[in-house]
Amino acid sequence: MQVKGDNYNVWYDKNNGAINFDGALRLTGMQDYAPILKLLNEIASTEPASMILNLQGLEFLNSSGISMLSKFVIGMRKKKSVKMKILGSNSIPWQGKSLKNLQRLMPGLTLDIV
Amino acid sequence: MIQIFGNFLENLFNKDNLEKAQVFGDYVERPQQDEHLTVGFSPSSIPIRKRWRNNGLSADYVANYLATFFPIKTDEPDSIDKLAEMKSAVSYIANELLENSMKYADTTTLYPITLHTQIESNKIRLFVDNSILSSQAKNFQKFIDELLHSDPDELFIRKLEENAEEENGSSSGLGFLTMINDYSAKLGWKFDIVEKESPVITVTTMVELAV
Repeated sequence: MQVKGDNYNVWYDKNNGAINFDGALRLTGMQDYAPILKLLNEIASTEPASMILNLQGLEFLNSSGISMLSKFVIGMRKKKSVKMKILGSNSIPWQGKSLKNLQRLMPGLTLDIV
Repeated sequence: MIQIFGNFLENLFNKDNLEKAQVFGDYVERPQQDEHLTVGFSPSSIPIRKRWRNNGLSADYVANYLATFFPIKTDEPDSIDKLAEMKSAVSYIANELLENSMKYADTTTLYPITLHTQIESNKIRLFVDNSILSSQAKNFQKFIDELLHSDPDELFIRKLEENAEEENGSSSGLGFLTMINDYSAKLGWKFDIVEKESPVITVTTMVELAV
């Protein structure tokens, strides 16, 4: 499973159950983010024990992208059996600033910025 | 304040007031003395989809340009981190401002979109100026009013929750809210009318970042 564009790549790695985000996501709005949201929801619908969003390669995310991730995380509050984890990078400044908001939306979410 | 807001468009179109711009929030405009940079776009020349990638390119360019004037102190080990943080903040904010202006500019006018930067001691100010339809201007002012009369942090979380309920929720000012909450930016707006063949409503959004 993969959603790929000019400057970004989002793909599911079966081996470790992580959804990896690479590049820069600057899509024009929620409609353009729909394929990525769909990929996330499809994996969530299989009710895995845990789900990891690995954002360590995501250099840039615009506010529409933040909105899309928030929407997904809010939806995951209902799936209590799935352990949510977001993996970020200290060397990408936006992540330290903005990812904590996702944890506020879903206090059970593990946020690892390393 | 509310009264002024309600009558804003009526006032704006009143001929007696054409010379008077209306300002909201922390809007600051200083005479240009130091380094500055202005980038201009013509929103009606090519479709928004085609020019979209320009937003990111321009935002990154502006961030790199401003980095030149950032004081790096070699004796401060975290100076490099601070520079990276400043570049990231400017790139995010300039991109959001350009995205908004591309979405909301009134493309039936020839009024250009401009992104302008100012540096002042330990502050960076970004300005984006564009035309706007009067119906959009009204909605925008409603949002500004809500923003100026709310706790931005609480409003941000509320907007995220509301967006999640909608099928294709628009960003509802989330860009501005992230600038305030995540980047400690100060925001201000200036609405004005320029007289061309017919009056064009313009809005300048200012974002001030401490560096």
